[in-house]
Amino acid sequence: MAVDISRSALEGASSMTGGETRFDVAVVGAGPAGTTCALLLARAGLEVALIERGPYPGSKNTFGGVLYRHPLEQIVPRFWERAPIERKVIDKQYWLLTEDSAVKLGHRSRRFAEEPYNTFTVLRAKFDRWYAEQAREAGAMLIPSTVALEAIRDERGRVIGVRTDREQGDLYASVVVAADGVNSLLSRQLGLHGELRPEHVALGVKEVIALGEDRIRERFNLEGDEGADISLLGAVTKGMVGGGFIYTNRDTVSVGVVANADAYRRSGNSPVDLLEEMKAHPLIRPLLEGGQLKEYQAHLIPEGGFDAMPPLCADGLLVVGDAASLVNAAFFEGSNHAILSGQLAAETILEAKSKGDFSAQALAGYERRLRQSVTLRDLKGLRRLPGLLHSHPQYFAIYPELLNEAAHHFLAADGRPKRDKVRGALKAVTARRSPWQLLRDLWDVWRGTNLWP
Amino acid sequence: MHFVVCIKQVPDSLDLKINPETGTLIRSGVMSVMNLYDLHAVEEALRLKDRFGGRVTVITMGPGAAEQSLREAVSMGADQAILISNPALGGADTLATSLVLAEAIRKLDADEPVDLVFVGKQTSDSDTAQVGPGIATRLGFTQLTYVMQIDSVDFAQRQIQVRRLLEDRIEVVRGRLPALVAVLKEINHPRRASLPGLLRAARVEIPVWSHETIGLAREDVGLQGSPTQVAKVFAPPSRPPGELLSEGTNGAAAAEALVGRLAERGLLEDIWRG
Amino acid sequence: MNSDNGKASQVRRLPSCDTSAYRGVWVFVEQIDGVPNQVSWELLGEARKLADKRGCELAAAVLGYQIDPIVAESFAYGADVVYAIDDPLLARYRTYPYRQGLVGLVRQHKPEMLLIGATYQGRDLAGAVATDLLTGLTADCTMLDVDPATGLLQASRPTFGGTQMATILCRQHRPQIASVRPRVLKMPVPQPGRQGRLVRGTLPTLSDSALLTEVVEVIRQPAGDAVHIEDARVIVAGGRGLGGARGLALLEDLADALGGVVAGSRAAVEQGWLPHEQQVGQTGRTVRPKLYIACGISGAIQHLVGMQNSEVVVAINRDPEAPIFRACNYGIVGDLFEVVPALTQRFRQARQEWEHQLTAAATDLASYGGHPHGS
Repeated sequence: MAVDISRSALEGASSMTGGETRFDVAVVGAGPAGTTCALLLARAGLEVALIERGPYPGSKNTFGGVLYRHPLEQIVPRFWERAPIERKVIDKQYWLLTEDSAVKLGHRSRRFAEEPYNTFTVLRAKFDRWYAEQAREAGAMLIPSTVALEAIRDERGRVIGVRTDREQGDLYASVVVAADGVNSLLSRQLGLHGELRPEHVALGVKEVIALGEDRIRERFNLEGDEGADISLLGAVTKGMVGGGFIYTNRDTVSVGVVANADAYRRSGNSPVDLLEEMKAHPLIRPLLEGGQLKEYQAHLIPEGGFDAMPPLCADGLLVVGDAASLVNAAFFEGSNHAILSGQLAAETILEAKSKGDFSAQALAGYERRLRQSVTLRDLKGLRRLPGLLHSHPQYFAIYPELLNEAAHHFLAADGRPKRDKVRGALKAVTARRSPWQLLRDLWDVWRGTNLWP
Repeated sequence: MHFVVCIKQVPDSLDLKINPETGTLIRSGVMSVMNLYDLHAVEEALRLKDRFGGRVTVITMGPGAAEQSLREAVSMGADQAILISNPALGGADTLATSLVLAEAIRKLDADEPVDLVFVGKQTSDSDTAQVGPGIATRLGFTQLTYVMQIDSVDFAQRQIQVRRLLEDRIEVVRGRLPALVAVLKEINHPRRASLPGLLRAARVEIPVWSHETIGLAREDVGLQGSPTQVAKVFAPPSRPPGELLSEGTNGAAAAEALVGRLAERGLLEDIWRG
Repeated sequence: MNSDNGKASQVRRLPSCDTSAYRGVWVFVEQIDGVPNQVSWELLGEARKLADKRGCELAAAVLGYQIDPIVAESFAYGADVVYAIDDPLLARYRTYPYRQGLVGLVRQHKPEMLLIGATYQGRDLAGAVATDLLTGLTADCTMLDVDPATGLLQASRPTFGGTQMATILCRQHRPQIASVRPRVLKMPVPQPGRQGRLVRGTLPTLSDSALLTEVVEVIRQPAGDAVHIEDARVIVAGGRGLGGARGLALLEDLADALGGVVAGSRAAVEQGWLPHEQQVGQTGRTVRPKLYIACGISGAIQHLVGMQNSEVVVAINRDPEAPIFRACNYGIVGDLFEVVPALTQRFRQARQEWEHQLTAAATDLASYGGHPHGS
């Protein structure tokens, strides 16, 4: 058990000595949301405690995954120069898979190969650790290997600190930021939300497979530190709501599959088997050939979206990141929203501090900011999507097949005239889905996603 | 009562990654931790402090990053920590290391007499268990190694009684103070730092001493002060390609062949001689 | 500071040393209660080669009380000279008097090399002696050699987690001290009745207080249930292929037949078939048995790192492509559930045959002055 401790602010920003346990802000969870909040507050001169249950930030966290340029670049400008980045993604693909074929849609751009780049593959154990180090250098007190068990409340029910699992472990703060992830102990303990409902949560399993830089460049057609990001839909989830992914890291690839927890329960599928089959898929296996398994990880992902969000503030408390269910599952976006929420929480706290008021009303500015932000605008727009996907299994079960059938018909070099081919393709589609059903499906997506201007 | 603990920061074995192509250790990005046995040494010193009062000073000779382990010791309750670090100290073998640590302890002793020095039995990276005896010899301290338990300490009578766990026996030994005690894992369960301890450790000033601070010349320390040097590093003698004894599932044939081969090498006799 | 522990606590600098004034290879012979530790003979066997290469005498340093039998045995195992200190103060091992005794002998007779067994006693003593003499000590060596011209002892030992070997030299200081763990070197064949030169030394006068320690009590421990695989000379290890308790039972039988212990790869430990204390590999223990039998282990590098210093490796695996076959002396492609029991049976049989042979030989050997045994 390595305990990573060092001094907070060197420029005399900290007036605290000895074992003083009173801070301005206590952030629980040193993931992207918590660290962002702690970093910005520390920069503003506040005494911030950043409590992390793992031996180091990132040790207990994982994602697919891809990090977006925005909003991190606002917080650490040109972070790609200093942060432990794996690859700069220039190639994004969507594969709609059947057992033995795929319809692929993708976009590759030289523009993404140049500054300021676009998205990046990272490994959370390395990245989060580096990111939290930035917070520590800015003056935050990182407290690792420590679990925040519950919030401490005063006689009026205001949150005034957290109780940790260490001896004499009560830490006091004017505001507590719950950044403790999908299974937020604090939110649950405070009654902000009950047990996680299976339909609001997805289970992701992932393997990190060593291939070597040469093989990665060769197989994914990349140069230097360029990267690829492939989303897999269809056969890989056996009709369950979810998808698979392949991300290229420096000399490894992250391969995984995510599916709704309730869907797993009802179907009896096992995540491990699903991943094994996905890796053995004829179109995927060649990419992973000769690779050595280095790590296996699993994590829960909140995917209830807008309707599953808990209350975001209380007296002396703010909820950010996965704990606030800010994940946009359909678009595989979570860390960017987490970072943004951390940023907005920090802004709100600074405002509240200047007024000396940390009540729920004073902190409600956070929710207001969030609502205006891209995070909530997207999530709200997509609020019907989770329900839609669950009630429309055909999107995952049937459409990939239909599209592949159609493509097969159209592209077959069988010497038939084009007209016949088109007819054959259409027939293949309408055999499974009548024109009326097709229109209906389209209409439902349009209304359900509410993405159209 | 003044207790000194000598600790060392070592690569975290769980973090060790081996380059699959060359078979060598990848050292970059490897986490460092306090040597496991030293954690027990710190704990034992703290227990004596809990029992008898006094102060615990933790010292280490190492690169700047070793400060982290010192802070861990402070978080558990050590009163002060000192990092002995500067470039000249690099490349030290165990003789040069014991010199630096012994002189540092001598310096500490001048301010406040040292009653006991604790070290861990050995380090997980070099594993030689030599530095403790080296320090004891230089300081003229009683040397007590492989200690699994401290039975009693009498500061007035200047006596300590310990139990040493050896290959096939436990020795109960009485020794004179001041003494150096090299501890085993069995001696205690290291405590978890309290929250105030953790915070205190993060904030405490840790002085950095150089060889000059402890009155040593450059030639005395580091590589220059080491009688031994690594002359070369090479791949371990590779096994000659294995001989395939028998294919298929004919266990008896394979067994016969194997026993024959091992007997030819004299290996079986070697083993059975006990 | 204990002021009567004198000069060692004052001298700091490495002294300059006239290395040419030092000749001879010494082995410290360890004994507990008059029973010599076998590692001393193993060292004498190896030191013989070093002395011959260097063209100098091989000596044994024996300290203890009433040690004549050990002196005789040291000659039998190849020492040309024995430097002995026989003193009641040395009846039971204690750091200070042993250190004083050995250091005194070394200062007087100036060997160029000193080998010590890396037992608990040896490790307690070696560091103290090397520091007192202000010379270099390389611990836990697995290979020893000497350059006949320069007389430099090439002491090699595993490094970097066992993936590499390092050769360490002590160029300008004497004696060059090295320690070796028991059972790393081969036992030599003794020549009972062989003679040599005995040189008796004495302990410096030591006051009671100077002795620093007193052994108050010794509690003997039975061999104990704890399995220390690092010290085992025979290991039968299982991997994923074991499948569970059934496979484990087979391994235990085989280990029993060979007088060895059972260990496992990470896969076996993660499955819960074996405790972590018996895990071999990068995240487990490093072992160096004489014989390592890997059953159903694929041979990933993380495992190899933990056992590659085994003298002989035997691999049993169903998969002919398993990497372990490239890291073994003898490979058996087959089902361990068939092969392991067959091995157990054959080994038991072989052992019975050997014991039979021994009893027959022992009845011939009337006394110590008999024929060399074994050949």
